[in-house]
Amino acid sequence: MVEIIFYILSTITLGTAFLTLLSRNPIHSAIYLVICFFSLAGHYILLNAQFLAIVHIIVYSGAIMILMLFTIMLMNLNEQVEKHKPTLSIVAAVGAFCLLGLILLSALVRTQPMVETYYQTGDDFQSIKVLGQVLMNEYLVPFEFVSVLLLVAMIGAVLISKKEQLKTK
Amino acid sequence: MESVLQQIGIESYLYLSALLFCVGVFGLLLRKNAIVMFMSIEIMLNAVNLTLVAFSTLHQDAAGQVFVFFSMAVAAAEVAVGLAILVSIFRNVRSIDINELKNLKG
Repeated sequence: MVEIIFYILSTITLGTAFLTLLSRNPIHSAIYLVICFFSLAGHYILLNAQFLAIVHIIVYSGAIMILMLFTIMLMNLNEQVEKHKPTLSIVAAVGAFCLLGLILLSALVRTQPMVETYYQTGDDFQSIKVLGQVLMNEYLVPFEFVSVLLLVAMIGAVLISKKEQLKTK
Repeated sequence: MESVLQQIGIESYLYLSALLFCVGVFGLLLRKNAIVMFMSIEIMLNAVNLTLVAFSTLHQDAAGQVFVFFSMAVAAAEVAVGLAILVSIFRNVRSIDINELKNLKG
């Protein structure tokens, strides 16, 4: 049962990732990417990481994709037809994709898993309570730095995208 | 409740995330539209996140999930700044085709 769900979710993930890249219209790409992110959240739920699944849906499917959709609409790209690429670069991209996939997959196939037999100790390690305790005890300093990073990114985004005023010499 | 890793195995997750990473690289090389290239980078980040969550479940350790949390925060910051740069490029060049951005070329 779980295997069937896993394979369906994997098919959706890979298929929509490909459709993201191959569709000509950037808005369609964004919509396919939202579906891809939702299926990844499904994977997280399958791995019993509920907190990450919810955060993933909120951050990726919510914030990031809305930001991208607004940018696409701001630039009015939906009518734009991308210029045709030379065949050589397409062939190069496909070749690089196949070679990288071959190397990664063959390296992973030949790898012995470090933990040979997986067993459950039954400890609770991924509920929101435990994750919050880990985040606030061991990883408190990186957590605070992430807040500073987000603040800097927010200020930087506003500063960069602000319209430059005409300087009077 | 029986865990999912007992029925599927960690290998399937590794193969899936490797393939997803390759798809991201493929998109980065294939497209000229800067926004779609950003989406490819997001796909690659998500592939790595999936690996981290799978290994966190395998080792029954919360640290991997905390790391995914940080990586999501970094991805959000990156997209915010990157899209701001794209908007400002679009204002100046009226296009986000990366072939148009050759001004630094001598």
